[in-house]
Amino acid sequence: MNLAYKRSLSSTVIQITIYGFLAFWALVVVFPMIWVLVSSFKTDQEIFFSPWTPPAKLMWDNFARAWGKANMGRYLFNTLTVNLPAIFFTLLFSAMAGYVLARYTFPGNRLIFYAFLGGMLFPVMLALVPLFFLLQSLKIIDSHFGLILVYIAYSLPFTVFFMTGFFKTLPTELLEAAIIDGANHYQLFFQIVIPLAQNGLVSMGIFNFLGMWNQYILPLVLLTSSAKYVLSQGLAFLAHQQRYQSDWSGLFAAITIVMLPTLIVYIIFQNQIQRGLTVGALKG
Amino acid sequence: MYKHKYRVIIPFLAPAVILYLVFVIYPYGRSMYNSLTSWKGVSANQPFVGLANYVRMINDEFFWNALKHNLGYLIFIPIVTISLSLFLAFMINQRIRFSKLFRVTFFFPQVISIISVGVLWSYIYHPTVGILTSLGKALRMEPFFQLFGFEGIPVWMGDPRTVRYAIAAVVIWQAAGFYMVLFLAAMEAIPQSFYEAAIIDGANRWHQFWHVTLPLLWDTMQTALVFAGLGAFDMFAITRVMVISGSSTGRPADVLATYLYEQAFEASRFGYATAIAVALFVLMLTLSVFTMRVTRREAVEY
Repeated sequence: MNLAYKRSLSSTVIQITIYGFLAFWALVVVFPMIWVLVSSFKTDQEIFFSPWTPPAKLMWDNFARAWGKANMGRYLFNTLTVNLPAIFFTLLFSAMAGYVLARYTFPGNRLIFYAFLGGMLFPVMLALVPLFFLLQSLKIIDSHFGLILVYIAYSLPFTVFFMTGFFKTLPTELLEAAIIDGANHYQLFFQIVIPLAQNGLVSMGIFNFLGMWNQYILPLVLLTSSAKYVLSQGLAFLAHQQRYQSDWSGLFAAITIVMLPTLIVYIIFQNQIQRGLTVGALKG
Repeated sequence: MYKHKYRVIIPFLAPAVILYLVFVIYPYGRSMYNSLTSWKGVSANQPFVGLANYVRMINDEFFWNALKHNLGYLIFIPIVTISLSLFLAFMINQRIRFSKLFRVTFFFPQVISIISVGVLWSYIYHPTVGILTSLGKALRMEPFFQLFGFEGIPVWMGDPRTVRYAIAAVVIWQAAGFYMVLFLAAMEAIPQSFYEAAIIDGANRWHQFWHVTLPLLWDTMQTALVFAGLGAFDMFAITRVMVISGSSTGRPADVLATYLYEQAFEASRFGYATAIAVALFVLMLTLSVFTMRVTRREAVEY
């Protein structure tokens, strides 16, 4: 047995170990999701008595019940009603503030920048009680409008911090050329700066979208009537009810409805989304 | 270069600054004051009680119960998550086939919302329909669990002995892919020539990992530790959703965040709840500063 053979044998063993472990973890990650997906097409009896076999017949009715009777359709609509404007204005306000903080010198510039930076140190839990009473006295408690304002405000610290850093790296020459051509400040910002900032805005858009999609504590405290619930809150509410009603197939269909959209979007835009989600840790 | 610059500065800053002052700065400041009152939320006046809420907290066994659970998570979750994700990243970085596929798959749990993750797993742990129980029965695992004093397959979410491990496992399951992507990004930035030099010196894969990769990942490791540690102090969404959808026991799963939510919005003890929130904040801040200090070393430049 020569040395080269020994070495190739040990490297084969290493290869098998590596693939074995990676495949095992892939199974651990994917299996629960597939189990829910498959179960969401079963009847309650099949879920109860034969957890390991595929459904005899695809029960699309589970999805109809989850969407209609269990209100998942409404919750999805509510979520988009809140998240889309919240993201749009988060990006707009953060880009405006970040641009000014990066490009203009004025007294108080550093103070404002560090005030935004400091906001990242505080846990939302600390603000919860006063926030509830503030929204109550402003008469925007239990309203999507109030939740939108709160989402924007809590997305600002990191987004402003990120956009300020981003605008600092933009080349000055292009902006100076535009000013010489007679562009005013607003034309400069909306026609030159924003298009140049596209990559940064996309990363921040993804980061904030998934953050808001995940958000649970804020809607739980600020939206009290069930007709206004957002998706995460609605699913938790439904799961709680199902403990006493046992419409498992409907619940599994509801989980699938919440799980699949972001998963599909992720599979299409994986690189941007991995970058957008980890940007918080890489920059901070 | 810029004429009339305040005509830009003021309107551009105003929306962000106003929203931030009203909805972020004001509530945080207000909390510090509220924690010194015995406010119940109904009356307009907030009786000032000084440090009474904090005294009550120190004597509250449920506060310590919740804090103890947070500290348990703080030790357990970061160590397991970071070792696992580092291991996964290292293996994927071995220029193997399908590395892209593994990388994409391991990140899946990160893009589904924490609430669907929580509901999904509370059904995996479910004593009658859950696959974990039927898997345990199929593999005849009962005697194994009896060794540990269980009567059969544990009722994962219903048993005070297992409920926190069950929740921690879900957090690790979800977070491993996230930290793996962080570590992979850092590993890919290490110049190939470092490894070539190590191989010439006779280093095998493990030596390369311990003496080249790991020292150069230190900054990322620090970030990961702070993130995972802060996560262990939060745990609100996952604990709450898993308890309401699958557990018969509340207190054994309590963490500070769920306990303060309960005190505020279910028991209307707003002053007391805010004092717990202040304690939580101080703990999180201490943890961040401590982790940064302890892990600070000479940065390795390359």
